[in-house]
Amino acid sequence: MITTDILIIGAGPTGLFTVFEAGLLKLKCHLIDALPQAGGQCSELYPKKPIYDIPAYPEILAGDLTEKLLEQSKQFEPGFTLGERAETIEKQADGSFVVTTNKGTQHKAAVVAIAGGLGSFEPRKPLLENIEFYEDKGVAYMIKDPEVYRNKKVVISGGGDSALDWAIFLSDVASEVTLIHRRNEFRGALDSVDKVQELKNKGLITLITPAEVTGLIGETKLEAIQVTKPGESPVTIETDCFIPLFGLSPKLGPIAQWGLEIEKNAIKVNNALDYQTNIPGIFAIGDVNTYPGKLKLILCGFHEATLMCQAAYQIINPGKRYVLKYTTVSGIDGFDGTRKEAPKAVVKSIN
Amino acid sequence: MDQDVQIKITDRDGKLHEIAAPTDMALNIMEVVRLYELAPEGTIGICGGMAMCASCQCYVLTEHPLREMQDEEEAMLSEAFNVKPNSRLGCQIQITPEMEGLEIELAPED
Repeated sequence: MITTDILIIGAGPTGLFTVFEAGLLKLKCHLIDALPQAGGQCSELYPKKPIYDIPAYPEILAGDLTEKLLEQSKQFEPGFTLGERAETIEKQADGSFVVTTNKGTQHKAAVVAIAGGLGSFEPRKPLLENIEFYEDKGVAYMIKDPEVYRNKKVVISGGGDSALDWAIFLSDVASEVTLIHRRNEFRGALDSVDKVQELKNKGLITLITPAEVTGLIGETKLEAIQVTKPGESPVTIETDCFIPLFGLSPKLGPIAQWGLEIEKNAIKVNNALDYQTNIPGIFAIGDVNTYPGKLKLILCGFHEATLMCQAAYQIINPGKRYVLKYTTVSGIDGFDGTRKEAPKAVVKSIN
Repeated sequence: MDQDVQIKITDRDGKLHEIAAPTDMALNIMEVVRLYELAPEGTIGICGGMAMCASCQCYVLTEHPLREMQDEEEAMLSEAFNVKPNSRLGCQIQITPEMEGLEIELAPED
């Protein structure tokens, strides 16, 4: 069991900045995120896009903002459970919460801060009637262990980087790799596109474009797929595996079942005070919350995180008084033993 | 207001809305849909308007000359579901005075 003071669900900018603000109050944080890396949308959707409304940064790339937030909170030694989705929450007799992920990892904390943005990123599933029947029976939406595909016949569909990259990688592992895309053009890094072209010329990847997978066939597991080109009748292709790679889209997911008050796909909070939800001890900050006048901006998430940490401090240290300290005056004492402080003024007489 | 254009939007439940879309606020179709709350928050404009999700996909039902499709939009639509020949991403179409009488239908949610 992982124990911490504040358990943060979502490692996007708001979640990461919470680590810093909590650290100033000597509270330790642990973050859970469904994505395999920190940064949330900033790293998953648009790492190379500039943001212009972060105070004091006239322009910063979303990926760079993530790096800087990680650097800023580093001395407060946050823990991370990445690539796992927060699934259930249980309130304990002592008032704390236990949050368990889809992989069974348990986390215990007195305070839970949901900084989940638009939700956890889930693979987008193609609209094929019986696709769910074949999940784990030949159909997978992400590749966890490439060895599973050794000497198998694999069909990948999609036109982005992940479809190209995995087609390239698996051409070396699988017995056959077929890449199917609705268009002739692919939207990936130029060298990936060139590489696929090269592998196609060598006969190591079969390319079917423009075409779509329109049917899945198999008694107990996937045995074949149907592929249809525009204006033509469907063709059946034998395969062991079908991997549709159509990117990720965010879903509020299991959090919606936690008994929290939800409005417009977001969690209602008390914005007059501390961004607490209808369940005491559970807060919602950043894009995931809603209140009158809410703006889904990173800078608003930072503010919400800061106020939330004050309330968390009171829950974790009941009755203890707190006086705001400025980092410029007090410096920062990291949990790793480091100290940052303003250089002392020199007092020396001039003769 | 005279700088508004009247457009017709059919929502995902098939309900037709006739709305006045302002042309002086640099709004795109996705933002107009949000402005009038024609689709629930969190189901449209998820990526914020960067042509990186297809949550604002719509079908254009009239022959209005619209901004030509750029690479990003074309690529996204090539991976989206429920795509038709008249599919566009609402976030890539800015409201202009030439759009008077435009009719669109929102594509189903993924």
